[in-house]
Amino acid sequence: MSATTTWTIAGVRAALQSKKLSARELTGEFYARIDRRNAELNTYLTLSRERAYAQADRVDAGIARGETLPPLAGVPIAIKDVISTRGIRTTCASKILETYVPPYDATAVERLEKAGAVFLGKTNCDEFAMGGSNENSAYGPVRNPVAPDRVPGGSSGGSAAAVAAGLAVAALGTDTGGSIRQPGSFCGIPGFMPTYGRVSRYGLIAFASSLDKIGPFAGNVADAAAVMSVIAGHDENDSTSAPVPVPDYAAETRKPVQGLRIGVPEDYFGAGLDAEVKEKVEAGIALLERLGCRRIPLRMPHTDYAVATYYILATAEASSNLARYDGVRYGLRAPGATLTEMYRQTRERGFGPEVKRRIMLGTYALSAGYYDAYYLRAQSVRALIARDFADAFQKVDAIITPTAPTAAFRLGEKTSDPLQMYLADIYTVTGSLAGVPGISVPCGKTKAGLPVGMQVFGPHFNEGCVLQIAHAFEQAGGSTI
Amino acid sequence: MKISREDVLRVAELAHLGLSPEEIETYRDQLDSILSYIDKLKELDITNVEPMAQVIFAPANPATGASHPELREDVVRPCDVWGPILSAAPDAAKPFFRVPKVIDR
Repeated sequence: MSATTTWTIAGVRAALQSKKLSARELTGEFYARIDRRNAELNTYLTLSRERAYAQADRVDAGIARGETLPPLAGVPIAIKDVISTRGIRTTCASKILETYVPPYDATAVERLEKAGAVFLGKTNCDEFAMGGSNENSAYGPVRNPVAPDRVPGGSSGGSAAAVAAGLAVAALGTDTGGSIRQPGSFCGIPGFMPTYGRVSRYGLIAFASSLDKIGPFAGNVADAAAVMSVIAGHDENDSTSAPVPVPDYAAETRKPVQGLRIGVPEDYFGAGLDAEVKEKVEAGIALLERLGCRRIPLRMPHTDYAVATYYILATAEASSNLARYDGVRYGLRAPGATLTEMYRQTRERGFGPEVKRRIMLGTYALSAGYYDAYYLRAQSVRALIARDFADAFQKVDAIITPTAPTAAFRLGEKTSDPLQMYLADIYTVTGSLAGVPGISVPCGKTKAGLPVGMQVFGPHFNEGCVLQIAHAFEQAGGSTI
Repeated sequence: MKISREDVLRVAELAHLGLSPEEIETYRDQLDSILSYIDKLKELDITNVEPMAQVIFAPANPATGASHPELREDVVRPCDVWGPILSAAPDAAKPFFRVPKVIDR
């Protein structure tokens, strides 16, 4: 083991089983790495050493007793700070929850713990997962480990950067409009968004409930699939969690891609797409064709309306979900002479500028006189976008697009114009609105050395097909194309 | 301008957000440009398109007709977390949350 070893889930398992090192030693090595890099990268907001070493000790005790190791035994994992962890501070990167300590674990977290994972800590993100650059965190931006003058993407920027920098073997992120896939693309690692309803949202602090999903980042696609196998599946504590059997994702991932029909929608390759990104994704599609996939041109005519639709629906849901931060039951309270004044002062002080902007936009869209024109209309356009996907999946097994129009941009480059920042979500929000699974998989680098991501969408509950294509692409050298 | 200063103040009041004078101006400009962009949704004909509030899938089990989402039985279960919950409150006096005096607006 050295400070530069790249750990995989299989590598951790082999090292523990052969007793080359203990889970406690591995945990210690990861905290040493974090201690060296975190001041610069700002990936972790809270470290949970006590719980991590207790988890590692349980794994080591199991090994000493000769037990069969659970699937993620000793695997050091980071958790986005919008996901509840019992006894570990969970801030949503907001001042309003600066001291909040959840009394329970999210279902995904509980399942990871049962599978033997070691929780290193909670990762930085855009406040309440609202943003695409991690610059909306109340605790400062995360730096991209590939290019520290650039953003890691967002909103799950800390989780993506932690995995990319070797400060965790895998991480949980959340994706509402691209918040796993886009930072995966910017940091050069796979980022996977499951089907809506596949992973329980119980314990995920809500941003936009009809769009929020928990999913993994990992150093490779097989590891992302291994985490999915643990966290997926029905949960009675989330009524939108789907009672659909979970397949063996590891087996699905290894299936050959020969003969699969991959749809390439021209609507994702038009104006606004950076020339270098386009060239890389085209080269990625050509690689998939060489692997035996059949390229099928597609039209998805409502793509251009997805950003407008998303920013009405997501902000409307957010304005409702964030009404709970009122200074009464938990979190920050600012003094006020009356109850209403206390609410106002608390929310004025506790929320950052982007969160306020989205609450304002969502409240406007839901308010009397505008509800039909904005909110109801956007829900109908959402149905048209979902229909684009349903129609496409009549003809193809998967859809291939760029993940984002550009590679990682510079810190501060887009903060002055929120609309420009929103427009950069164009290729990811479509799949979010439709509720389909998707991944961003590394697809070469720009001349400046910045990672490019290729996005793969699959039909509802067919995560296997998405993982299978991404895995074959990765194994064929897609990341250095 | 689609959005007036009064619109911003009305929305801020609905959302219980206190805003500084500078924030009022900034949000007016930004919401105006965002909503102008969002107006492109008016280009589409949505006659006979059912609004989609949620990703709802086909019945999980066509035989029983059980649809997703399925609701579980409403069974009372212990939820013994009042201690940590009250201890997280900014101002609690067991078993209550305390708030400033309530006055009609």
